[in-house]
Amino acid sequence: MKLCTLTLGLLSASILAFAAHAESITIATVNNGDMVRMQKLTDDFTAKNPDIQLQWVTLEENVLRERVTTDIATKGGQYDVMTIGTYEVPIWAKQSWLLPLDKLGDDYDVKDIIPAIAGGLSVDGTLYAAPFYGESSFVMYRKDLMEKAGLTMPDAPTWDFIKQAADKMTDRANGVNGVCLRGKAGWGENMAFLTAMSNSFGARWFDENWKPQFDQPEWKNTLQFYVDLMKANGPEGASSNGFNENLALFQQGKCGMWIDATVAASFVSDPKNSTVADKVGYALAPDNGLGKRGNWLWAWSLAIPAGTQKADSAQKFVSWATSKAYAELVASKEGWANVPPGTRSSLYANPEYQKAAPFAKMTLDSINAADPTHPTVKPVPYVGVQFVAIPEFQGLGTTVGQLFSAALAGQTSVDDALKQAQDAATATMTEGGYIQ
Amino acid sequence: MARAVSTQHKTIATAAAWIVALLVFFPILYTVITSFKSEQEAIQGFNLLPSGTMESYSQVEAQNGYFKFFLNSVFLAVGSTILALLVAIPAAWSMAFSPGKWTKDILMWMLSTKMMPAVAVLFPIYLIFRDTGLLDSRIGLMIMLMLINLPIVVWMLYTYFREIPGEILEAARMDGASLWKEIVYVLTPMAVPGIASTMLLNIILAWNEAFWTIRLTTTEAAPLTAFISSFSSPQGLFWAKLSAASTLAIAPILIMGWFSQKQLVRGLTFGAVK
Repeated sequence: MKLCTLTLGLLSASILAFAAHAESITIATVNNGDMVRMQKLTDDFTAKNPDIQLQWVTLEENVLRERVTTDIATKGGQYDVMTIGTYEVPIWAKQSWLLPLDKLGDDYDVKDIIPAIAGGLSVDGTLYAAPFYGESSFVMYRKDLMEKAGLTMPDAPTWDFIKQAADKMTDRANGVNGVCLRGKAGWGENMAFLTAMSNSFGARWFDENWKPQFDQPEWKNTLQFYVDLMKANGPEGASSNGFNENLALFQQGKCGMWIDATVAASFVSDPKNSTVADKVGYALAPDNGLGKRGNWLWAWSLAIPAGTQKADSAQKFVSWATSKAYAELVASKEGWANVPPGTRSSLYANPEYQKAAPFAKMTLDSINAADPTHPTVKPVPYVGVQFVAIPEFQGLGTTVGQLFSAALAGQTSVDDALKQAQDAATATMTEGGYIQ
Repeated sequence: MARAVSTQHKTIATAAAWIVALLVFFPILYTVITSFKSEQEAIQGFNLLPSGTMESYSQVEAQNGYFKFFLNSVFLAVGSTILALLVAIPAAWSMAFSPGKWTKDILMWMLSTKMMPAVAVLFPIYLIFRDTGLLDSRIGLMIMLMLINLPIVVWMLYTYFREIPGEILEAARMDGASLWKEIVYVLTPMAVPGIASTMLLNIILAWNEAFWTIRLTTTEAAPLTAFISSFSSPQGLFWAKLSAASTLAIAPILIMGWFSQKQLVRGLTFGAVK
């Protein structure tokens, strides 16, 4: 009896000692398919790191952005790992809010990260966030409708071709819209698309002296083309459509073409949810012959806030979640098509992935075609393809997005929208001290 | 003839009341309907007939686990209400039965704090919570919810207490009742309907509070508002799952409201007709 009691006591003590030793790290993240999948696969991490426990906080994208900003600015220490995008990384790293990722392990192979993505997540050559999945944007189109229209989509189409194809594919009587594009206001919604599109028209947000450029002909050409194209060939109520609304329309066969995130390829080609899964073709984002294409660059990435007390454990987790081994783990459990795309060159060299993901090459080419440091034709003082990496951009981008969304809805003219955008941008940049 | 007109009026009034009630309730009803749709159905446009799939509910439960968030919501709503009543009953008593020169001004000032946008004080509050170790703690959030609802609780109780004739309290004093006995044995029993409805309303307000409960919590103290927030997705369809999460979150408070509607209405209209 005594022996039994003693054994039990020792067992309890060792469990308590283990519990006391185990370090818990809190990870803030958004709710998307890849992130949810990662949460399901964390047993692999905890088996390899029994002394680290994981706690997840999943939040809506904008709430997450606000929460982590508050926490990081006040050094609240609530999160040990946070999911942030390419917009935040350069701004936060410069403010010393993020820890440099220099302990990712010997077998991590940093050089395998796609250079365009690594560049967007580094400041002065130091990596401050590890990409969990990366994306660009490209054209997804209905091969059957294109054939019916008597056209062949080139691998690298021009905007004129897109317009010509959209005109021919539009069949509103049968519910087919030639093209579906984002119209919902927001810096990460319509302005992500329109800023990337404007690069291919040679427009820029600011000149080298931070003077807003909405009064220049390049912006007028961009917005006029977009509004005309959507009025003639876009779906009804397009000014309320974001990624998810267009995804649903495309999956239901109501769009001839859709220019949006490369990550959408796995959704539209999924026969479980898409009625057009076997009819989708892919092409690079359009250009205007000016040397820049209208595609963006984005990566949801894992970063470690400077306020954390558990930096080593956090780096271990970041290393695991963004490693080659994690890609293999996902492939073994859920197939290669479900591996988070757009982060590692080795994934695109993998024949099994190429077989499972017919859009793989086009995704990689699109990512490589984006250059955050030289996003448009003329020189710019900022970093970012579909955004401007300055703190003021979230507010300003959304304000301009509302004006452009109103132009699409026909509530205001293109000229008025551009004039108001110019005024708003000038006021913001003057207030921020960019313009003296 | 007069009787016929009255019946007609009654029918019209009843129909109007039903229409208004349906309009007010419709968003909740549509949320419940959407929760029984597939994601594809949910985004396809207006449709009152769901396919009846329970897929969203099983995904929501598997993804985030409802019960922990539910317990936190119960703890926070009930706890903050009890705390608020403990502070507000004496405060309202003093304002109603022994008003001073500044009572009205104090009441107005208390109410004016509700007019301030919460985000204006986010940083100071966040820093206080950080420095006192209250971030992501149930106690901290309970105090916060108590404080933000306190002006309404004091106002409501003050209004109810004002309806109670002061002479009754004077009589109790004449009989030798102490202040404590006067509040506990005379005032409180008479104000029970008012206190009950204040309590119910405060529970509803605390249950639905979504600014502070999301911003001051991470994992331990997160209530159902944080649970709902986690189902909005930047890339991928989520309306059905979000509706299922919302239905699960509002169900308890809806059921409580249903069973206590008499008390709620009675309390809210207390003193409306003298």
